[in-house]
Amino acid sequence: MNEKQKNTLIRVAISAVLVALGYFIPVKGAMRLLYFIAAYAIIGWDVVLRAVENIKNLQPLDEAFLMTIATVGAFVIGEYAEGVAVMLFYQVGQIFESTAVEKSRKNIKELMDIMPEFANLEKDGKVIRVSPEQVPKGSVIVVKPGEKIPIDGLVIKGNSVLNTAALTGESVPLRVAEGSSVSSGCINTEGVIYVKTDRRFEDSTAAKILELVENSSLKKAKAENFITKFARYYTPIVVALAVFFAIVPSVITGNWSEWFSRALIFLVVSCPCALVISVPLSFFGAIGGASKRGILIKGGNYIEAVSKAEIMVFDKTGTLTEGKFSVSEIKPKNCDENELLSISAAVESFTNHPIASSIKEAYKNAYKKEPDTANIYDIEEKAGMGLAAKYKGKTVFVGNEKLMTKNGIDYSKSENYGTVAHVAYDGQYMGYIVISDNIKRNAEKAIKELKKAGVKRTVMLTGDNGRNAKYTADKIGIDEVHYSLLPENKVDITEKLINEKTGTLIYTGDGINDAPVISRADVGIAMGGIGSDAAIEAADIVIMDDNMEKIAEAINISKKAMRIVYENVVLAIGIKVMVLILGALGMANMWEGVFADVGVAIIAIFNACRMLSAGKKEA
Amino acid sequence: MKKIFKTENLCCANCAAKMENKIKKLHGVNDVGISIMTQKMFIDADDENFDAIVTKAADICKKIEKDFNMI
Repeated sequence: MNEKQKNTLIRVAISAVLVALGYFIPVKGAMRLLYFIAAYAIIGWDVVLRAVENIKNLQPLDEAFLMTIATVGAFVIGEYAEGVAVMLFYQVGQIFESTAVEKSRKNIKELMDIMPEFANLEKDGKVIRVSPEQVPKGSVIVVKPGEKIPIDGLVIKGNSVLNTAALTGESVPLRVAEGSSVSSGCINTEGVIYVKTDRRFEDSTAAKILELVENSSLKKAKAENFITKFARYYTPIVVALAVFFAIVPSVITGNWSEWFSRALIFLVVSCPCALVISVPLSFFGAIGGASKRGILIKGGNYIEAVSKAEIMVFDKTGTLTEGKFSVSEIKPKNCDENELLSISAAVESFTNHPIASSIKEAYKNAYKKEPDTANIYDIEEKAGMGLAAKYKGKTVFVGNEKLMTKNGIDYSKSENYGTVAHVAYDGQYMGYIVISDNIKRNAEKAIKELKKAGVKRTVMLTGDNGRNAKYTADKIGIDEVHYSLLPENKVDITEKLINEKTGTLIYTGDGINDAPVISRADVGIAMGGIGSDAAIEAADIVIMDDNMEKIAEAINISKKAMRIVYENVVLAIGIKVMVLILGALGMANMWEGVFADVGVAIIAIFNACRMLSAGKKEA
Repeated sequence: MKKIFKTENLCCANCAAKMENKIKKLHGVNDVGISIMTQKMFIDADDENFDAIVTKAADICKKIEKDFNMI
């Protein structure tokens, strides 16, 4: 609570005591009026002042003005205590409101506990503590155990284990050593590391994420625009009704004080703030809660869209699969496994194709040494087929089926998923090696969760061949597959799907070469975004690790946020309208009016605060 | 040109909405957004008059909320 709020609270207390005493003090007439005016002045002077100023600035129909008219009106019809009390409750409500908003702001800041406070800069052999903004690009910083990495960079000395929880929402320890690149916001848990910064603080991951989350509330959802628009018409209409009630029925019935007091209730209810604050608060809470889970949502509008997810489109490689190729099967024929692997690894050592690298990798893992290339010469690349070489004077082929057929070698077919490298030596078939991209271990579960979250169609787009595409789709339960696609085909298919839907189309990719599709989809999600600026830039939602289950989580968080938003809108408008009707019928008094204004605001704020716990698993 | 400003003493969501509306009507302004939650405001306006527009926007805000400040 700040100074101003504390002051107001003291004024509330004094004025409340005065009002209470007012009931017992037997003063009558002018003395009584003066007494309550004093109580009113203590609690309401600043509101009245603001009202006067607003009129000067041609800004009537502001809260302060409405409250002033309503309370002064109460005095005019002799309801002194009510007049002071309405002002009292209004002030209490204001304190509540600003404390709640401030509290949720603070909570969200704490959720986003990635902002480093300092950096240990190494300079002229000494280490000095400076603020991260002061560290130039290319400096060396020292990160001790327990400290946050302040700036992105490369480890040049030392090794340690990092806790990435603040960025990804998962505390999976990340081992780093000399040469590893590290992201700011991670916490160093073990040894001292020396990091050479490769960018400035403002461009580092932590600062970027914070900026993104903070600015996300500037992109407004339809619900938010609806409510501000509603408020724009609501207040003038209710004020007009108040004027109408104060004049027309009074003239007809002659009962001025009765209709005047009904009109005052209208004025109290006409304040729009309760409505207007509850909606952005819910959205902001959702964005904060989600970011805690490593899901960065760039605006309230995306929450709205994601909550209506209908079609999910995925890129295959790197999104549903790990995007890393590895040897999944070695099938020798007329030789043994060692021989097959050694000879193919030796030949493949001469190229940099991803398939070649994975065969070399498999060899290195099996024998802990580089392939022996001493006896290999005359390497010849056969475009689109593979390699031919001489090994101990005889020809060896490593490549696809076409290469075998062309050289008249009888080969066996693989039934497995993946890319197959056949090997032949001296005119004889030696077997094959299958290289595949592993499907992410939780992909199947993630798709099930998406269906549970209300997604109707799942579609996979890939540049890979039909056999691999279908295998992957079957394995994880994707409904539709489009394969052998070029990047532009992906955009075309996405556009076709957009025409078929009624809800939202979400595209999920790794953000590397599918930026056009990410921006074409209603909502584009980039995965595995740590450190990848391109992904953070292009997508509407960024999932900081590559956990596919977070997509369903994002949908569920959005649904919860939308539910709270609707609850608040219905509650606030409903109660206000109800009190207005009761007020018009003479069945409500000032107290109900105050409840419909301040009470509802507080209920809506508490309801919105539930969103802050969206970061927890059960969300 | 698009720029994000920090603000202070913005305490009423409805006032923020009013400010948005008025600033949006200024000549040369393409888009504007004010967030009560993060106390930030962004203005997207034509390059040539950008500074003048920002000054006008600040005036509008001050009229609605007298303690309002753009930093």
